[in-house]
Amino acid sequence: MLWLHTWLIGIKSVLLHPLRSLLTVLGIFIGVASVIWLLAIGAGISQKAQEQIEGLGADNIIVRSVKPAKAPDGSTSFILPYGLLRADYDILVETIPTIRGALPIREMRREVRYGQRELLARVVGCTPEYAAITQLEIDRGHFISDAELQLEKNHCVLASNVVDTLFPYKDPIGRRIYLPEAQDYYKIVGILKYRAPTAAIGGSLAAQDFSQDVYIPITTLRRRLGDTVVVRRGGSREGETVELNQITLQIDGIENVMKTADLVQQTLDRRHSKLEDVVVIVPKELLEQAETTRIMFMVFMGVIAGISLLVGGIGIMNIMLATVMERTREIGVRRALGATRSDIVLQFLIETTVLSVAGGLVGILGGAVCPYAVSGLRNILTSYASDLVSTLPQLVQEVTPILHPTYFALAFLISVVVGILFGVYPAIRAAHMDPIEALRHG
Amino acid sequence: MQLAARIHELTKDYVLKGETVRALRGISLEIPDGDYVAIMGPSGSGKSTLLNLIGCLDRPTSGCLQLGDDDVSSMNDGQLSRIRASRIGFVFQSYNLIPQLNVLENIEVPLYYRGRITRLERSRCRELADLVGLSDRLKHRPQQLSGGQQQRVAIARSLANDPCFILADEPTGNLDTGTTKDILDLLDDFHRAGKTMIIVTHEKEVATRARRIIRLRDGRIDESLVQ
Repeated sequence: MLWLHTWLIGIKSVLLHPLRSLLTVLGIFIGVASVIWLLAIGAGISQKAQEQIEGLGADNIIVRSVKPAKAPDGSTSFILPYGLLRADYDILVETIPTIRGALPIREMRREVRYGQRELLARVVGCTPEYAAITQLEIDRGHFISDAELQLEKNHCVLASNVVDTLFPYKDPIGRRIYLPEAQDYYKIVGILKYRAPTAAIGGSLAAQDFSQDVYIPITTLRRRLGDTVVVRRGGSREGETVELNQITLQIDGIENVMKTADLVQQTLDRRHSKLEDVVVIVPKELLEQAETTRIMFMVFMGVIAGISLLVGGIGIMNIMLATVMERTREIGVRRALGATRSDIVLQFLIETTVLSVAGGLVGILGGAVCPYAVSGLRNILTSYASDLVSTLPQLVQEVTPILHPTYFALAFLISVVVGILFGVYPAIRAAHMDPIEALRHG
Repeated sequence: MQLAARIHELTKDYVLKGETVRALRGISLEIPDGDYVAIMGPSGSGKSTLLNLIGCLDRPTSGCLQLGDDDVSSMNDGQLSRIRASRIGFVFQSYNLIPQLNVLENIEVPLYYRGRITRLERSRCRELADLVGLSDRLKHRPQQLSGGQQQRVAIARSLANDPCFILADEPTGNLDTGTTKDILDLLDDFHRAGKTMIIVTHEKEVATRARRIIRLRDGRIDESLVQ
């Protein structure tokens, strides 16, 4: 049996029934295109979901100072030093390569005043990156800048609630608020949009309320307010010295979070062995959620893709069975002229291969237009049925399909394999016909 | 004389709708090389069954069937296919050309099942088309040809693999008298060229061309006439 001949015969036979072949190709086309679409849209949604989870801080490790239960033995001072040191910050950043960024934070409760109005605010000393990492949105003005950090400026940025309380009628930008305890004025350079308090996520991240915050450069805080806080309580004085309340470490990938957390823990354990005054918090629930989301999408896509290919495969089988039936006589003739069973199997397998390769190629084209089709569809829907669109989840509204070359290869490969698998049965059936019966067939 | 086929006590039973039909009940026959045999008999007498057995399309229930030196009665499906591909040419009543192939491609089909095709064999196929008078219709599809022309293509095809046997089952059954004569003349030509010819027919004028007429009745040889 000659290969070229067999292929040519296969193609000829396929072309002999244009409509039937077209329908078969259409079946495979839909299978392949839908697999690519599902993979692309799935990847898009999955990425968006991952981004959202990352936005919640899944790629962050938080190291916090905690007040130890008892003072270290032999301490006579009423001022208790504990917690993270600026030196800890330097060592972590310098020695662990998977740390992409680090935010030192010092926060304290302070009374702030403007005129007659006053408020107990949380004064947060931070760096310019703080806004991006904690996703604070600027309403007007700007967040603390590098220059302000360098120059230790007495500038501050106010959260919306602080603005509402201190400046109900005035524009706060450019005005100064007063911190009576430090006897110091801070110029307001920016105000933030309202931000809902974050709910606690599992046991690893506590709820946080950002609405009472006053942000100042951490350098300013250190110089003006210092590390030591003294409070009077029931006649006695109590104090603490804390260099940093928190370091938020940004890790260069969700997959590295756990490993890095271990390293951080080891490093800090060595440096804080006397007092248990630091804790490393890993967003375990978030990591798990990210992983579950990813797996859920993969399973979901796999199931749907499998079903569509199964349908395509059944289509091929159906058509090939009909073809075999219709060409019973031809099979008989070929057998009489010397074709072996395997020659016949090969002939029909080649025909299914021709059909499924053709379907696969067209399907790849159909898959490649996915991103354009999705955005086109979105445009049409938003202009004609905007109410409907707005009821869809944000994730669906904004999804951008992500095409990856492997999707094409995968879908094409699967289609050809499915085509051949489902073509085997009709081909074997053809080969096992009795040649005499086949010749007699009308 | 060299024997093309030796048939001894050949029987064939097959099951049809739960009943065993004894199509051949013991046929013994020797066909010398280059013979021209016509097999006649009423329908159901087993003529086609005998032809199919000689043509290696089927295996006998019992008995011995030798083609040349090979005992084909015990061969498996693949071996029988190879015998068909190399030694046997079929001509059918309803021509049985492959519709999606043109005339020349149809003539070439048996060659594909023998493995390689040489340039020489390809040019021989053109010669065959020429011999049957269709050299101007090589690119035509079967449905563009008349019945007689289609049967000429079929005869050319049966010769493509240079077989020992030409087995023809009612080759003129679908043709008118004039065309019948042309086709029979053609078969005569190839017989003269040395092919062993076995024709199943129920037409007297077809049978008269043969050297020997074998009449079958109820699966047995009723009469064997040498003309």
